[in-house]
Amino acid sequence: MALFRRKSTCHKPLADGSCGARKVVLVGNPNVGKSVLFNALTGAYVTVSNYPGTSVEVARGTTVIAGERLEIIDTPGMYSLLPITEEERVARRILLDDSPDMVIHVIDARNLERMLAMTIQLLEAGLPVILVVNIMDEAERLGISIDIPLLARRLGIPVVGAAIARKRGLSEIKRIIPNYQRSVPLIPEYSIRLENDIAEIAGLFRNRFALSSKAVVLLLLQRDKEIMDLVSKKEGEGFTAVEAKLREKIYARRESFHLDLSLERKKIAEKLLDGVLSVPEKRRTTFGERLSRWTVRPLTGVPLLLIVLYYGLYQFVGVFGAGTLVDLLEGTLFEEYFNPWISGIIKEALPWPVIQELFVGEYGVITLGLRYAIGIILPVVFTFFLFFSILEDSGYFPRLALLVDRLFKKIGLTGRAVIPMVLGFGCDTMATMVTRTLETVRERIIATLLLSLAIPCSAQLGVIMALLSQTPVALLVWFVCLLLIFLVVGVLAARVIPGETPMFYMELPPMRLPQLSNILTKTFSRMQWYFMEILPLFILASVLLWIGKITHLFEKMSDWAAPVMAAIGLPREAAVAFIFGFFRRDYGAAGLYDLQTKGLLNVRQITVAAVTLTLFIPCIAQFLIIKKERGAVVAVAIGLFVSTLAFGSGYLLNKILLATGIL
Amino acid sequence: MKLSEKAEEILEAMWTAIEENGEGFAEMGKIGVAVDDPALDELTRFALIEKKEGRIYFRPEGRSEGRRTIRRHRLAERLIMDVINIRGESGDSKACQFEHLLNEGMDAKVCTMLNHPDTCPHGKAIPAGDCCLEAKRSGDLGVVPLTELTSGEEGRIAYIQTEDNKKMQKLVAMGVLPGNSIQLIQSFPSYIFRVGYSEFAVDAKMAREIFISRLLEKI
Repeated sequence: MALFRRKSTCHKPLADGSCGARKVVLVGNPNVGKSVLFNALTGAYVTVSNYPGTSVEVARGTTVIAGERLEIIDTPGMYSLLPITEEERVARRILLDDSPDMVIHVIDARNLERMLAMTIQLLEAGLPVILVVNIMDEAERLGISIDIPLLARRLGIPVVGAAIARKRGLSEIKRIIPNYQRSVPLIPEYSIRLENDIAEIAGLFRNRFALSSKAVVLLLLQRDKEIMDLVSKKEGEGFTAVEAKLREKIYARRESFHLDLSLERKKIAEKLLDGVLSVPEKRRTTFGERLSRWTVRPLTGVPLLLIVLYYGLYQFVGVFGAGTLVDLLEGTLFEEYFNPWISGIIKEALPWPVIQELFVGEYGVITLGLRYAIGIILPVVFTFFLFFSILEDSGYFPRLALLVDRLFKKIGLTGRAVIPMVLGFGCDTMATMVTRTLETVRERIIATLLLSLAIPCSAQLGVIMALLSQTPVALLVWFVCLLLIFLVVGVLAARVIPGETPMFYMELPPMRLPQLSNILTKTFSRMQWYFMEILPLFILASVLLWIGKITHLFEKMSDWAAPVMAAIGLPREAAVAFIFGFFRRDYGAAGLYDLQTKGLLNVRQITVAAVTLTLFIPCIAQFLIIKKERGAVVAVAIGLFVSTLAFGSGYLLNKILLATGIL
Repeated sequence: MKLSEKAEEILEAMWTAIEENGEGFAEMGKIGVAVDDPALDELTRFALIEKKEGRIYFRPEGRSEGRRTIRRHRLAERLIMDVINIRGESGDSKACQFEHLLNEGMDAKVCTMLNHPDTCPHGKAIPAGDCCLEAKRSGDLGVVPLTELTSGEEGRIAYIQTEDNKKMQKLVAMGVLPGNSIQLIQSFPSYIFRVGYSEFAVDAKMAREIFISRLLEKI
């Protein structure tokens, strides 16, 4: 067992002398149910996603099993110990740096052979692995049978057959964890030539690493930059010899080392599974697969997409969320009951009119800020995230991605970008964050630009629908304008921004019925995030607006903005909406809503204002995220471009509408 | 029988004139051979051709020798242009030098490696060799990119040919591994294929880099 070395936190001489809880790290491919297991173990909920790569963030939680407190870490999906994506790098870093006491490798029973390749890597790295063969229920439905005890004996580690989503296998996992002892697992043997190469290089190491020498050498042979730096730092002068030997071996195997290694691992997996796995001669087609076919064939997929959009976005989010629920909350609850009631109380408690204004005036923190946040934004955001979570958990997004890939290529994006784009209809800020899952910087910039320009967020969408719904032609004009600008700017950006569109490839997770509890928790955690993000901004905006009003700064700003407003054919009062828009786009749109209710805008003006405001610079939060994700230069450039284009388009649209008399 | 380079070139010119252009003979003036060229004597000595008043005729052995020679020439062109990637005039001249090496079974090896091509880079037919006939008979349909499969067709992954090493790593890690069986499910708007119980979607560019050995019974 020379390859292995205990590396529990408790054995390290820590500076503070403390010894934390034992650490359990969950690893595995995307979509195998890691996060579901994480939630089942910790009770807390993090985003469980069907979309490869959404869970970029690492979730940590604690749990108590058999009286012992344990730290559970959920890692982003990884396909191999050799990382390619940022998420995989993160996942591996956890394995390297966090000295896990247990590594639970979750795999999909249906793809046992392929996923076992990573189990082999984890074992040879000397990690304390517990194997969870998940999704057994679906595998059984497909007629696959797996001899779990035999597999456990062959691997020499605990193996659990599970269906975590149905709570199957959970108690066994909880039984294994507290009593877990490092066993003597199988160390996979490669071909003699490879083993010799490994031994030759490993013999030159003077130090030990967090992973076994064998794993380190294999990663070095695959030219893993990060491991190279790590070894070079640790070995110091001794690295020269290692490097020379390494160069020799890499050269000798330059043809296809990576592939050879994968094939060797495949062979090992095949041998391990001989007699363990039995697969039916003829594969059965499940309903999920049939549904999946329908979603990806253009002939059925496009109508299905339209149905999903119509019922999901338009009927559910638009009509029900932005209509019925907003009327109920904003119209009835706030305007009729809450606002008069709270106004009465405040006016009695605070005798100074200026201070009264701050809370319950025209721009009051409560009567405006809270009303907008809860009355208008909340129902829209709730319905949208519910819709989005259902789509996400059903596995629809990757299918949508492949359906639109060809189209998206024209605007310099791959199908992958469809997720941030759809999410943008919920919250552009969140979507801008998600663009980091796109492969190239170029793609991220184009996606960020389009998000900040032409994708209205759900809150804004809700208000704009309410504004324009009385005149369907106006809604149509608005829609056509945005679509046109989206496409034109996309096509131009794809030409102007240097670089190539990357290739598109994606695993399609099976379609499945989403589970209500997962969807609800996910929706609520997203809403929570959203709310924490916007409520302070709304209150801040109310306060600033109040200051603007009492100092008359606001009127002056409206005066300054009046020429711009006049240029796009709007009354000067509309400037207020745009100033609102600086804080949040939906806030601005809500400002327009107020203007319309007061009868200050005609249909043409509303349409022009709606288009301009939709295109207008993103809300403060989104702007800050752009700066954080893409850097200040890109953020300012996008801000300037978007503002110019917004008013330019407003100007043009106004002229066109005036000339043609459509509205 | 080892012919000189010049003699081989005469055979090629004759093949083009007689077999492809349908003329009964090749005129020495037209194919640029002098009457007293020693290569002509060489060919006559081996009983491959017959000379008559400035015209050259194939004898039966000459015809099959010509066929083999033109085959070697065009295979060499394919090799130089498709695999070694030298094009244009320099490709042509390299091919001319290379073809003389392709004898004694070398042509069959190169032909198999090139997957028994039907035509040369200039679009002219490459006469089939024994290896081509054998391949056709045994149902080895060769290795084709994923894009060439029809929806529903099954095959075995032969190799992945991508310049981007990372992408190959990713594919390999996802289980797209030589030797695994693969089924193309759909080819528009994106390629969808199944390996084991997993499905993957790739675009055309990527699909062109995954090479599949076709299975016989589907055709």
